[in-house]
Amino acid sequence: MNRFDYVRAGTVAEAVQAFGAGARFIAGGTNLIDLMKYDVEKPGRLIDITRLPLDKIEDHAGGLRIGALATNAKVAYYDRVAERYPLLRNAILAGASAQLRNAASTGGNLLQRTRCYYFYDTATACNKREPGSGCPAIGGMNRIHAIFGTSDQCIATHPSDMCIALAALEAIVQVSGPQGDRSIPFSEFHRLPGNTPEKDTNLAPGEIIVAVDLPESRFPQHYTYLKLRDRLSYAFALVSVAAGLELDGDRVKTARLALGGVAHKPWRNQDAEALLEGKPATRETFQAAADLIVSEAKPQSENGFKVDLARRAIVRGLEQAAAGTPQSLSDKRIQ
Amino acid sequence: MLLEKQPPVSADTPIGITLTINGQRRELQVAPWTTLLDLLREKLDLTGTKKGCDHGQCGACTVLVNGTRVNSCLTLAVMKDGAEITTVEGLASLGDRAGSNALHPIQEAFIEHDAFQCGYCTPGQLCSSVGLMNEGHAHTRDEIREAMSGNICRCGAYTNIVDAIEDVMQGDAR
Amino acid sequence: MTQTFSSTGRDTFVGTPHSRIDGPAKVTGLAKYAGEFAAPDLAYGYVVSSAIAKGRIVAIDSGQAEAVPGVLKVITHENRPRTAWRDKNFQDAVAPPGSPFRALYDDLIVYSGQPVALVVAEDFETARYAASLVHVTYAAQEPETDLEAMRSQAYDPPGKREGIKPPPKPWGDADTAFGSAPVRVQEGYSLAIEHHNPMEPHASTVVVEADGTYTVYDKVQGVSNSQQYLAGVFGLKADQVRVLNPYLGGGFGSGLRPQYQLFLAMLAAQELKRSVRVTLTRDQMWSFTYRPEALQTIALGAERDGRLVALRHDAIHGTSHYEDYQEVVVNWSGVLYRCDNVALTYGLVKVDTPTPGDMRAPGAVSGVFAIETAMDELAYAAGMDPIALRLKNYAESDATAGGKPFGSKELKSCFTQGAERFGWAKRSPEPRSMRDGRELVGWGVATGVWESMMMQSSAIATLTPDGRLTVGNSTGDIGTGTYTILTQIAADTLGLPMDAVTTKLGDTRLPEAPVAGGSWTAASSGTAVMKACRTVGEQVFKLARAMESSPLANVDFDRAVFSNGRISVAGDPGRSVSLVEVLQAAGVDKVEAVEQAGPDKDFNQKYEAYTHSAVFVEVKVDEELGQVRVTRVVSAIAAGKVLNPKTARSQILGGVVMGIGSALEEESMLDHRIGRFMNHNLGEYHVPVNADIYDIDVIFVDEEDKANPLGVKGLGEIGIVGTAAAITNAVFHATGKRVRHLPITVDKLL
Repeated sequence: MNRFDYVRAGTVAEAVQAFGAGARFIAGGTNLIDLMKYDVEKPGRLIDITRLPLDKIEDHAGGLRIGALATNAKVAYYDRVAERYPLLRNAILAGASAQLRNAASTGGNLLQRTRCYYFYDTATACNKREPGSGCPAIGGMNRIHAIFGTSDQCIATHPSDMCIALAALEAIVQVSGPQGDRSIPFSEFHRLPGNTPEKDTNLAPGEIIVAVDLPESRFPQHYTYLKLRDRLSYAFALVSVAAGLELDGDRVKTARLALGGVAHKPWRNQDAEALLEGKPATRETFQAAADLIVSEAKPQSENGFKVDLARRAIVRGLEQAAAGTPQSLSDKRIQ
Repeated sequence: MLLEKQPPVSADTPIGITLTINGQRRELQVAPWTTLLDLLREKLDLTGTKKGCDHGQCGACTVLVNGTRVNSCLTLAVMKDGAEITTVEGLASLGDRAGSNALHPIQEAFIEHDAFQCGYCTPGQLCSSVGLMNEGHAHTRDEIREAMSGNICRCGAYTNIVDAIEDVMQGDAR
Repeated sequence: MTQTFSSTGRDTFVGTPHSRIDGPAKVTGLAKYAGEFAAPDLAYGYVVSSAIAKGRIVAIDSGQAEAVPGVLKVITHENRPRTAWRDKNFQDAVAPPGSPFRALYDDLIVYSGQPVALVVAEDFETARYAASLVHVTYAAQEPETDLEAMRSQAYDPPGKREGIKPPPKPWGDADTAFGSAPVRVQEGYSLAIEHHNPMEPHASTVVVEADGTYTVYDKVQGVSNSQQYLAGVFGLKADQVRVLNPYLGGGFGSGLRPQYQLFLAMLAAQELKRSVRVTLTRDQMWSFTYRPEALQTIALGAERDGRLVALRHDAIHGTSHYEDYQEVVVNWSGVLYRCDNVALTYGLVKVDTPTPGDMRAPGAVSGVFAIETAMDELAYAAGMDPIALRLKNYAESDATAGGKPFGSKELKSCFTQGAERFGWAKRSPEPRSMRDGRELVGWGVATGVWESMMMQSSAIATLTPDGRLTVGNSTGDIGTGTYTILTQIAADTLGLPMDAVTTKLGDTRLPEAPVAGGSWTAASSGTAVMKACRTVGEQVFKLARAMESSPLANVDFDRAVFSNGRISVAGDPGRSVSLVEVLQAAGVDKVEAVEQAGPDKDFNQKYEAYTHSAVFVEVKVDEELGQVRVTRVVSAIAAGKVLNPKTARSQILGGVVMGIGSALEEESMLDHRIGRFMNHNLGEYHVPVNADIYDIDVIFVDEEDKANPLGVKGLGEIGIVGTAAAITNAVFHATGKRVRHLPITVDKLL
């Protein structure tokens, strides 16, 4: 871990002002400290934002405003989240461990970096860590890597579970920065790697996430977060599905679907959502949506299985959502 | 403005913080990069808290910060200024209802159920168990297993760990 | 002599469940591990690891690191202090044939992650930071680590590893018999490379004492091995270096050999003349040993009634370029099954990795997985129940040892009792025929087998006039419960309460004992402690008889009964005297004995000794999504006498859990282009977590064995052996898919 200055900010303005080249904001620290110990992140200054008054969860514009410093645990167990946004609760609780969720913040969760082995290992090249150095994951150990939206520069995946639910819920990220405040729709928050894999998000330098807004609840009954991984808990997703449905009788009125573990950002396909809408909520319909989504997949040397797995997980996830039988967090039998 | 009130602390300047550790208030000078785990183990000789991976991937370093379980390896000490920390060394006094030197019921239950072998993950398992009970979200065996999955035990004492926690939870309920 | 409590039936503590006596220390955080001992002048070493797998170091620039305030020294191959250089000085008690790895020896890089520098600083964080500033320039060569691609290079190791039986010569004609057998199975099997990953990372603390001697706390499974290694490498006499390790945070074999952090800590301590601790990072736990992937082929030929007529088991695995690591992979097939035409072969391939090493049930985990999966395949091919097939070919003697009988073998009882407990009779044999809701249910069974060994060991027992008994030797309690069982044995031998006994382990000042491994500790150290206590008993008895108006006057020792802190006369309990009275009357400050125990040569000439198990597994599989859950395990164990059912059960639970890891999760992934394990952390190398583990039921079947006076056969390994095969067999039963290459990850089931 490199050496750095430490600043404790008391207000958002102070935090923004303390920002400079090489600085990082720190809240839960569960990913940043981890990366600093690997010398993947080497900030010259840490700006401690944990004392900012940003941990409230409150009603907002018919929805909910989640302060950026509300911990993952606080959000997951907050009664209004459980009532109105159980999809978000389930996604959060499917991730990490109780200890990590107790420390990790909402804002920080959005900024988690990929778990690509090569990104984490400074003995190897990585375009995300060192732009231009190469991507050994291509043609290498890429069983856990992306099948959608990759580039020849980077095939890493976004690791968060919470963000997959936020994508399906069409959250809005509120940020504050040197240029003032702005709102970023969730679909525009994270980026695909393209030629700049070093950039995970569209946050500008010095911008700080202050809140995440959830629009009015639409999926309190018909939702699921289905996560498939290499062990039954405490592992990152190989594929995950966040699904929310509004049903009109036996037909799908609204469908929102986001996938985790398969792309550099929470993966949504609005054509597939449109395909679902107005159709009967049957396996055939779900299969058609799944086929449409995976038709764009470009697997790597070792992750071809993710295409099949994603297709099947989408169908199952939609079935769970339609039936109102979301995946249990503790009963590991898949519903 | 903050920067004028409190200039950034540079590499060579330790920062003064106050922590209450196992009930004892301590004024400490720490470097900004010192994790709570390294502070406990290397500076305060509280080696009960274990370093298993140093990256939040095993749970051996679990302690209670203001009653909440966290990975001390991913926690900068300086950021916890003012907090109450409970480590395995302080668990007995938490459970010490009668004012004796008795172990915490979860410590007794771990011994009774043989919920450890090598003992290295044990302090983290114990703090995590107490954190779990404080949280109050886990009730069934399945829920306990899920909520304890952030604590790896390579010796494989999992079923005994769940037995021990269930035992204490049922005792509390009686 | 009638003091053998197991034969006199006077066990008070032995054979009954007792909580670990080290429990209170472990649940309060007071138990200290190797990297936790302090010294006033302690400096911290941090290892810089090689980024390449093969080649040379062209340059190391330590200047920036050395300029960091608090850095004491950066030690590299260029400035390292001189040590011994001959191989024999570096060969520890467990070393395989070859030329052991020497850290910082020269500019040659032989594996990825090899230590290339040690940064020593006043505190841990400074050492870690400065380590990131050491710049190493390499001339890299292309490494070769792809065993599959190098199959043709396999060789029979010219030097055989001590204690590892090479495959026996073939008997009969396996190939011809296979060719004409009506029922045949021929398949390849493998189990991925695994890393031990004990929860405690490897660490060594070398304390420089005022008199210039060294007190060393080393994470090792036997301190004597580390002491001899340090003596050999650094030219120290045994009285100049004391090695301790009272507690070990898990080993599973990774701590059998002194690892490079010990060498580096001592190197730095000598150079700096101050105490040094070196603790490896979790990632560096991938930089010194591993369970090799064994590529295996099995050919089984049988008559239609299931009788085996041909058995071929061929295996190769990797080793380093500098040592020929060997383990027993293929012999188990010949031990388990009676067959007239058998060929077992075993070879090594040199790869650019560190030397593999023993990991819980080394060789057996791989080999028994293969044969027990193949036997399941044969059962289906022959249309037989898998237990019936095993009983049909049940070996009553060890064909790999010239047909010697087994000292004891209650494997049939394991099958009977295990099947009963599991409910095997309710199994519907057809694959895919059992369901629970959406999930397919599979029931599988496999046999486990491990050698029952005893090693030369010594122990001390000291009785003091306060009535306290202290026993011990240099072996370690690696979580197995050794402190507890030795206390039970000592207490029973001298008829004392357990709380009157203190057991000390893991200190080279105690009589020498072998490393704790191979499941031999209970037999070896247990017998040595019992003998030492018995000798103390004899001496106390002599003192008692010599007492004025002794109640034991004219009594022979074989009528002496030790119980409740007293010596009494068998059949005449009124005549007795307390041990405390005897010592006080004699005016001695202690009665002490050191005794040796070793394998019973007569027994070993007549018999072969193995432990066995029958493992029954239930899996539930979501076929569409490839998720496997091991919902139920019954492990029925035949391992002789069980000294402490509570800690013994935990040994088996632990073995089963690790077996579940082998079967479903554990895999160190090598990027062959760079010869580097890429998932070198506990986030991406998956070991089982609590949620993975459901019900595990352990049965110990009665088994009387006479290989040693305690009747124990060892429990550390047997719980893992066979578990992975039982799981693959259950997965086949559930799904009809036969997975022969572990772990069974989701991609293999879709």
